[in-house]
Amino acid sequence: MSSALLTYLLRLGDDNMIVAQRLGELVSWMPELEEDIAVANLSLDHLGQARAFYTYAGEVEGAGRDEDALAMGRSEREFNNAVLVEQPNGDFGQTTARQFLVDAYQVPLYRTLAAGADERLAGIAAKAEKEARYHLRYSSGWVVRLGDGTDESHRRMQAGIDTMWVFAADLFASDAAEEELLAADVAADPDVLRTEWAATVADVLGRATLDVPTDPYERTGGRIGLHTEHLGHVLTEMQWLHRSHAGAAW
Amino acid sequence: MTGLDIDIDRLQRLVGEVPDPEIPVLTIEDLGVLRSVALDDDGGVVVTITPTYSGCPAMHHIEQAIRGVLAAEGAEAEVRTVYSPAWTTDWMSAAGRAKLRDYGIAPPRPTETAVTISTRPVACPRCGSNQTETVSEFGSTACKSLRRCLDCREPFDHFKEL
Repeated sequence: MSSALLTYLLRLGDDNMIVAQRLGELVSWMPELEEDIAVANLSLDHLGQARAFYTYAGEVEGAGRDEDALAMGRSEREFNNAVLVEQPNGDFGQTTARQFLVDAYQVPLYRTLAAGADERLAGIAAKAEKEARYHLRYSSGWVVRLGDGTDESHRRMQAGIDTMWVFAADLFASDAAEEELLAADVAADPDVLRTEWAATVADVLGRATLDVPTDPYERTGGRIGLHTEHLGHVLTEMQWLHRSHAGAAW
Repeated sequence: MTGLDIDIDRLQRLVGEVPDPEIPVLTIEDLGVLRSVALDDDGGVVVTITPTYSGCPAMHHIEQAIRGVLAAEGAEAEVRTVYSPAWTTDWMSAAGRAKLRDYGIAPPRPTETAVTISTRPVACPRCGSNQTETVSEFGSTACKSLRRCLDCREPFDHFKEL
């Protein structure tokens, strides 16, 4: 149980850590001040959630690793985030598509975990759910505005959705660890999450006059450390300071 | 200093006066960030705080400020950060809401349920008009959005409901 819980907490932490890092890359690069502040705030929420999951994971593991050790001391194959969150920012259409697909997953995920049997995890999730709802409102607002906007914004928003689509299935990949926790009423059922996620996606894309992609290809593997070529580069930048100056503080 | 010498009510009041570093017109008690000041079984002071947002960067600063206040009283405290129950803007005191409005920030509206985003109007903190609109869903801190008044034309911050 504790081994499965550790795995699950790391997956939750890694999803948030990596998407926080991707959003953080955009700070000071956004075309408008409002959106610059938005990506910074989204990133901060995801980072805060990652810290809570990592801290708990470190305690479950009981090997003395804290949030920093887990975020900065593991290598690419040891990260268990879904491959969706490591995808490059691309243009604003791609960034928005990635965020929307993540938000539509995290809202039902956190709501389910908040009602789960693990009290500590439920507490973190109850807090995170409020943030995820606000994120979803923001990202789906942009999907609709861009999709139902000009020809160019429509084209780019559709391209963003199409680009991110094949990586989204990884959010719902499951294995023995998750099944064990699901039986104990700790984890969320990925099949149930996927149904709700698909309904949210269909609703928002419909309002945005965008097509739900039909590409059947699904790139999964992130949950067991098999990543796309992008994660190594994300980690290189993210972990460089910590690894070069181990133990540094200010 | 042991449990017998500690005036816990006094410490509670002093800790409650610690200002929020991002909105210094509010104290951590006004915000509802301070959950409790209590003595543990060994007579040590335990201060429990909860973040407004998971990633609130002010938490570390608040923790340091609490330690500083207690150190000045000769007390050492354990500061615990808890996530549950999740902070809500409904915990903000009436005094805190009035102070926010006077400061030029529209206070949060009551939340209808824990996760519903309110549809009531947000009144302009300057002229009181309900005719206001969102400029940006994210403002200068995680807890605020940016709005503008359609009557007096002033932009203002709104403390978001959570």
